[in-house]
Amino acid sequence: MTPDPPLLAVERLSVDFPTDDGPLHAVDGVTFQIDEHEVVGMVGESGSGKTVTALALLGLLPRRAQIRGSVRLRGEELLGRPERDLEQLRGETVAMVFQDALASFNPVMSVGAQVGETIAVHHPEVSASARRERVVELLELVGIPDPAGRADEYPHQYSGGMRQRAMLAMALANDPALLVADEPTTALDVTLQAQVLDVLERIRDRTGTAILLVTHDLGVVAGLAERVLVMYAGRAVEEAPVDDLFAAPRHPYTLGLLASLPRLDRRTRGSPLFRIPGQPPSLVHRPSGCAFHPRCQFRALPAPCATDVPGPVEVGAGHQAACHRTELVADVTPQQLAIGTP
Amino acid sequence: MLNLVGRRALYSVPVILIASFLTFAFVRATFDPTAKLRQSRESASAIRAERVRLGLNKPLVDQYGSWLGRFLRGDWGTSERTHEAVTAQIGRALGNTTQLVVWGVLVAAVIAVGIGVYSALRQYSLLDYTFTGLTFLGLALPPFWFGLIAIEFLAVGPKQWFHLSDPPLFFIGLHSGGGGILDYARHLVLPVMTLTVQIVAGWSRYQRSSMLDVMSSGYIRTARAKGVPRRRVVLRHGLRNALVPLVTVMALDIGALFGGLIITEKIFSVPGMGKLFIDSLLAGDATTLTAWLVVTAAFIVAFNLLADVAYGWLDPRVRVA
Amino acid sequence: MRPPTPAPPAVPEPEPVGPSELLPSVEPPTAVEAQPGSAGQLFWRRLRRHRLALISIVVLALLAIACFGAGLFAPYGRDEQNLALGAVGPSWQHWFGTDELGRDQLSRLLYAGQISLEIGLAVALLSTLVGTVIGAVAGYLGRATDQTLMRLTDLFLVVPAVAVLAIALKKFGHDRFTIIWVLAALFWMYVARVVRAQVLSIKEQDYVEAARASGASGAWIIVRHVLPNCVGPIVVNATLSVAAAIVAESTLSFLGFGIQIPATSWGRMLADAEGTVGTSQSYLLYFPGLAILLTVLAVNFLGDGLRDAFDPQRGDA
Repeated sequence: MTPDPPLLAVERLSVDFPTDDGPLHAVDGVTFQIDEHEVVGMVGESGSGKTVTALALLGLLPRRAQIRGSVRLRGEELLGRPERDLEQLRGETVAMVFQDALASFNPVMSVGAQVGETIAVHHPEVSASARRERVVELLELVGIPDPAGRADEYPHQYSGGMRQRAMLAMALANDPALLVADEPTTALDVTLQAQVLDVLERIRDRTGTAILLVTHDLGVVAGLAERVLVMYAGRAVEEAPVDDLFAAPRHPYTLGLLASLPRLDRRTRGSPLFRIPGQPPSLVHRPSGCAFHPRCQFRALPAPCATDVPGPVEVGAGHQAACHRTELVADVTPQQLAIGTP
Repeated sequence: MLNLVGRRALYSVPVILIASFLTFAFVRATFDPTAKLRQSRESASAIRAERVRLGLNKPLVDQYGSWLGRFLRGDWGTSERTHEAVTAQIGRALGNTTQLVVWGVLVAAVIAVGIGVYSALRQYSLLDYTFTGLTFLGLALPPFWFGLIAIEFLAVGPKQWFHLSDPPLFFIGLHSGGGGILDYARHLVLPVMTLTVQIVAGWSRYQRSSMLDVMSSGYIRTARAKGVPRRRVVLRHGLRNALVPLVTVMALDIGALFGGLIITEKIFSVPGMGKLFIDSLLAGDATTLTAWLVVTAAFIVAFNLLADVAYGWLDPRVRVA
Repeated sequence: MRPPTPAPPAVPEPEPVGPSELLPSVEPPTAVEAQPGSAGQLFWRRLRRHRLALISIVVLALLAIACFGAGLFAPYGRDEQNLALGAVGPSWQHWFGTDELGRDQLSRLLYAGQISLEIGLAVALLSTLVGTVIGAVAGYLGRATDQTLMRLTDLFLVVPAVAVLAIALKKFGHDRFTIIWVLAALFWMYVARVVRAQVLSIKEQDYVEAARASGASGAWIIVRHVLPNCVGPIVVNATLSVAAAIVAESTLSFLGFGIQIPATSWGRMLADAEGTVGTSQSYLLYFPGLAILLTVLAVNFLGDGLRDAFDPQRGDA
């Protein structure tokens, strides 16, 4: 008897955009998997390919994007499916929330109508009053005060944090199996971030929804995710259970990221904040071999770091790093890197 | 919302009042009601007497005041050209012009929205480029020239080439002889076409821009991410938002049309406001001209107000005054 | 005739997307590369790429040379009659035909073009100068000055333009200088509104505040900081108003309220030819109309090209 397929299986996903200077490699050979009810974090800077990956999952990339690889939802291939099939899945089995909540709402429709639209589109048999009840229920779930009254208001009448939470309500309307959250906290200040994270936690605990949390904020991931995938220059460079990632990163980039987090418990007084030297590379003219090698202190030149693209290396239980020099990285902790030893 | 409407309406009143004063003064300054007497070499005292009778010796403001009083009571004076009541003249003219405006706007709106939406959805397609080219052409086309060419090739031309007794499309007035729907339609086609060309070009370009703007906004992406079927995305989310600025522009343009069909009515001999203006100006009929200017200004102001109201009604973000 | 309408909302920079594109394109996340060259050099580079605009410049230049050099280029005199010939269609001797007085239409077209083009350019120049100054002052000083100005222009823009212009010409005369002044007296208001809007938005920018904080006077700020950043919309508007002015003059002349015989302009020629519709002399209608159409089309393309060259991202007119 074959085991159930994972909720989401992404295999060697690549996305290129044609430009005047040649193809822009936004996503290159990304492979990962999400199980039912799991919360997975996808971290990386802007330009790492995390947003493009997220959009690729739902088939929301523009026509000119060249997509290769495989994205399977419960065993069924999504890439290349006709739009009508994808429309049925979106909002029903897979849902997505975006970063800018104000821009993501139709300004001339009430919030309640937009949340209810998700239901109306996929379950036209539900009566208007039942739909309204569900809308109020959802708004309450995400912590919006006076949900019945607020449902009839317009997006511009909501505060920023409320809008973000309303977007979550809209996404959860049909109890999707997977929620893709693209930078849900980025546009918010710290207190609002905490509110939204709260809601996400509540969602994780109360509904059975799996969450793919795309963000550049390691702190967000630390609190919520079970596993983390680190992206750099369109490639997945490290994947690990969250605690392992933070405690023992095995990729130089992850190490650098963690080292550059300002922390109160670090004895760094007198020494400057650590930052990874250099800039993220152009995605049109990428460095040969490992994309990170120009900035890496562990590199071995010219081979293999500048010549061979590193494949994933098992470095622990459920822990992989795409690096030729993981052994060296194991000897350094973020703390050490941050304060400049050894 | 009513607040917004109320304030704008209140503001419109002084605007139209002052505008009416300025036009009154302007017309007064341009046309001398005693011109006929001067021409027929009446004596100076006779001219003076006439001036007193017409109240021309009083200060301008007083003259305006009495004129305004009469105007508001419905007494718009007597036309110096036709000796008929100006109210009747303008009423009739307005009726005819309104017909042109209504038909023209309907046709133009449908075409413009259609072209705009299509071009935005099928950007850079062959049809899109064709439409863009046509709109450029339409914007550059002098409307009076288009009217004449249309008559040449669509009315008189076919009549001659095919030896018809009547041109297929009429180009004089709005009715002839038999009456009936077909006759009416045959009279309407050419003037409405001429009128429409003027406005469709601008409106469709505007709609295309607006639609492109809207279709690249976040809430379209959200709707798609929710699995909303494409047609509904385009109509309920896209078009609904894209129409908002267009409706405002349309209202403003319509307001201007009532006094703006001078060329079209001249070419097609339609007895509307435009023709009335030309005839009055040529004859130096100051009384009619003054009333004409005030009425057309009133239309513009009223439609400006309507534009604001429509905008507030369509876009809830604007309602919070 | 419609005065220059406000520009439609900005269209984003065209990207090579395929048909049935419903989706906002996800911008490939690359760092924006700094472009070499000053703003001026960038402008010329962008303009050179706009083929239609370049063609238009050439066309307009040729037209201007032909018309203003009519003394040199016209095969016949402007009023040279040939009564024996009468009205004939286009032929080798008379490329554009002749009217009932035997006057060569090509020559008349060129001389008429002098007037039409002259009026168009003069009105644009004059109204732009006046409108820019007033608009900038109103926008910068704000509050009372701004409000009064806006209300004033509101009043004038409320009455139908053609009507007002026609009456004004009746009062002041029909020669071309009068026409220029009268048209400019109306057009400056549109310019002023555009400039004012620009100034208002620029006024809020940080660099203006910085200049003020360093003690620069109002006039200095207007001249050195505000106006240079308005140049784009002002130039584009000025270009487009050339076309609008030509159409306005043609309209008025066609109605009989503008240029009067014996002078002639393209609009006047159309007025004279109005009766030929449906007759064998209807060719008299084609050429003046085409001349206007060609000129306005070229000017519009040029204006569009300038608009893109000034700011391809384009937030506003």
